[in-house]
Amino acid sequence: MAIDFNFEKLPDCAEWTFDYLEKYKQQIKRVANFYQLDTYPNQIEMITSEQMMDAYASIGMPIGYNHWSFGKRFLQTQQNYMRGHMGLAYEIVINSNPCITYLMEENTLTMQALVMAHASYGHNSFFKGNYLFRTWTEADSIIDYLLFAKNYIHECEQIHGINEVEATLDACHALMSHGVDRYKRPQKMSLAKELEQQQERERYLQSQVDQLWQKLDSNNTERAKMRSNELIFPESPQENILYFIEKNAPLLAPWQREIVRIVRKTAQYFYPQKQTQVMNEGWACFWHYTIINHLFDEGLLTNKFMLEFLHHHSNVINQPAYNSPQYSGINPYALGFNMFSDIRRICEHPSEEDKEWFPELAGSNWLDAVTSAMQNYKDESFISQYLSPHLIREFKFFELCDDEDKSHIEVSAIHNEKGYQKIRSALAKQYDLSHIEANIQIINADIEGDRSLTLEYIPHNNVKLADNKDEVIKHLHYLWQFDVNLVTQDKEMRTKILSHCPQDPEH
Amino acid sequence: MAVFIDKRLNAKNKSMVNRQRFVRRYKSQIKRSLAESINRRKVTDHQSDEDVSISKKDLTEPSFKQGEGGIKERIYPGNDQFSEGDKIPRPNAPKGKGTGESGASDTGEGEDDFIFSISADEYLHLLFDDLELPNLQFNQIDKLIDYKTVRSGFCNEGAIANIDIVKSLQGSIARRMAMTSDKRKQIKHCQQQFALLEQQGSQKTAEKTRLTEEITALKNKIAKVPFIDTFDLRYRNYDKQAIPSSKAVMFCLMDVSGSMVQATKDMAKRFYILLYLFLTRNYKTIDVVYIIHHTQATEVDEQDFFYSKETGGTIISSALKLLYEIIKKRYNSKDWNIYVAQASDGDNWQDDTPKCYQLLAEKILPIIRFYSYIEINNNESKSLWLEYQRLIDKYPNFTMRQITEVADIYPVFRDLFKKTASINAAWGQYGH
Repeated sequence: MAIDFNFEKLPDCAEWTFDYLEKYKQQIKRVANFYQLDTYPNQIEMITSEQMMDAYASIGMPIGYNHWSFGKRFLQTQQNYMRGHMGLAYEIVINSNPCITYLMEENTLTMQALVMAHASYGHNSFFKGNYLFRTWTEADSIIDYLLFAKNYIHECEQIHGINEVEATLDACHALMSHGVDRYKRPQKMSLAKELEQQQERERYLQSQVDQLWQKLDSNNTERAKMRSNELIFPESPQENILYFIEKNAPLLAPWQREIVRIVRKTAQYFYPQKQTQVMNEGWACFWHYTIINHLFDEGLLTNKFMLEFLHHHSNVINQPAYNSPQYSGINPYALGFNMFSDIRRICEHPSEEDKEWFPELAGSNWLDAVTSAMQNYKDESFISQYLSPHLIREFKFFELCDDEDKSHIEVSAIHNEKGYQKIRSALAKQYDLSHIEANIQIINADIEGDRSLTLEYIPHNNVKLADNKDEVIKHLHYLWQFDVNLVTQDKEMRTKILSHCPQDPEH
Repeated sequence: MAVFIDKRLNAKNKSMVNRQRFVRRYKSQIKRSLAESINRRKVTDHQSDEDVSISKKDLTEPSFKQGEGGIKERIYPGNDQFSEGDKIPRPNAPKGKGTGESGASDTGEGEDDFIFSISADEYLHLLFDDLELPNLQFNQIDKLIDYKTVRSGFCNEGAIANIDIVKSLQGSIARRMAMTSDKRKQIKHCQQQFALLEQQGSQKTAEKTRLTEEITALKNKIAKVPFIDTFDLRYRNYDKQAIPSSKAVMFCLMDVSGSMVQATKDMAKRFYILLYLFLTRNYKTIDVVYIIHHTQATEVDEQDFFYSKETGGTIISSALKLLYEIIKKRYNSKDWNIYVAQASDGDNWQDDTPKCYQLLAEKILPIIRFYSYIEINNNESKSLWLEYQRLIDKYPNFTMRQITEVADIYPVFRDLFKKTASINAAWGQYGH
């Protein structure tokens, strides 16, 4: 706990040098240790803005397989950047061990210090500590896996041609958000094992499919029909469509199954990020703010440095109001930062209201409180657990209810006594992926009959499925290769076909 | 402990492959955009990037999403006026619904075009892609070299006809000077002595006589030195020297009579662009001269060339006449490599066709590098075509092809420029 008071101020010129960065990094690291932030080792890489755009385009992955959509993303980023429509992110950080942080060459020294505190200690400790990341991602092996995926897909292109591979990837990407296990826990596996098992898997899966075929060949259609009444496959609805395809699509070539798997694994890798955006950014902002202020309090930073820092910091956590031209939804940085700061406030200076709402937080050790929040929640549960009336008032949150059947949009809750609970749970829901993403499950694969695949859409609050569903079904049909139906149940519980592929059924 | 890694010098363009994949996938849309851009571009402009736009609708990657309808509850920040239970009229606009969602949400952008720029190389690649070329490669008449004989100094041996008289005489004088200088000195010396004796009024006649004799003897000796020796002969030396073919002029001739519609002109434009690109590989400076004609020919700029609204009957020979005049006036065929590309739909005034033949055969073809005639139509050949056919055998630097659609342009172009051996020989012959 001993603080090494060093009254010589850190440099505050605009231009950074590696020497200066090292000085800042040492101080930041010291403070991070003081607050017991548990991180993977850091690897900090200096890149140019052009390289940053590359990194952007591959969703921040250091290695990625080739696909046109990444090219599109790159071109979009490049155009926006060149036309001044957007600035680039100051940093990109990769959930790997060691944790890789990219710093952009153009940043000022102050920015670099902020980014190191934010990414190399904030995000890094989140990756290492949060339960979703601990469960679902393998920081040790992700780079290896991505490399494997890149090489594998490259080989496939060599053997089967770019078009074939691209079509398969397109189809997989369309179903990517339905390629994750939401509840099941994965087994840990090393890359070596993964590679070893891949061959085995190919053989085995193919043999399984062959068996299905043999079974079918030996039966005539009549009997198949009879039996299909007895047997429903899959036994329970499957929400992981890509997993189902990988294991059961009858005509998929072994290499296609592996590609399905690669996309599925990638989706799974990003799944925790999708669920912890507010927390992850909030945590990182909370720590860059806390660490830099700590250094300032120790007298290590100049006022000039601090002014620039605060300017950037307040930009990042700015939340425009609903009617502001800058408004583009709730800023996860703002919400997350304020929530973590609020937890600290409740611990250190609880009001009567706080004591009522958060009896076990009020007066407790703030560091333990924020750490435990970081470790054990995702956005949805975090908000429903920790969003305080105080913060609801600060943000002036209100709820709109847009019911299709009514002529008006109604203000259903505002930031008052009556509305706190409602707003808190509504906002939490807004981050619940099971509410945001369309609920679609495979309910039947007629493997003994016409081999058609049936999916069911279960609407939430009567929200319709977006228009591009036919396109997605086409992609699914590409993988399954027999008829694919998308159905839903109307209010009278009658099954209604939403989409069908091929479009014009012959029978 | 320091783990900073400077990656700024590492490979850029990590996204290059993905970018290429993108271009590959959207080739048809991009090409549609390029087809329009070809109208904006100049024939001579092959170095600038090009903006390409694709409809955003074409680019979406579909996925299952919740759409319209039902009950939607959302939280917004910054309440400044609402109380619970307030009713807000639903905005009619289909997009950006509700008070809160206007502004910079993802619904705002709608179906704008997706605009990005492609490099000049990519542009060319795509532009000629439907002409089915794997890569632009012009090896056929690459590095064509002409020689001319130039004087290069003198040498000691050669044919009588090449004797350089002045140079030889200069040699002879030098030799004679060298061989006689001693004796002349002696003569001078004798003469001086003789003069001295005269001055003194001396009576030494014997001495005088001796001096006179000596002078005569020396003079005789000098006279015996040959006026010219084989040793003096100098011959003009000739050397073969490559002609620096750094200048070329490309004449674009186009019929602008009513039957030449914009699509036809665009096809011609592609052909001209190809020719231009081809020529830029071989020559440092290229002039492009545009000549349009209906019943009269005019020299115009590129804008007028491709977009002129003039129309009327057709007299092709008028263009050929003008072509010939311009060559005579501005492009000496010794200095300039002259190329002509004529595009027409083949319609001509009947009486004019023989004139064209004559002009080409007698005046134009003998002084130019290459003449290509492309006839853009899908009908049967007309009289001009038949007339021109008579030129082919006689003039290997003349070619003609018929083009019916865009896809023909490149094959035709390749075809035109592949006859390496015979054309080279022929060009040597007709070049000068």
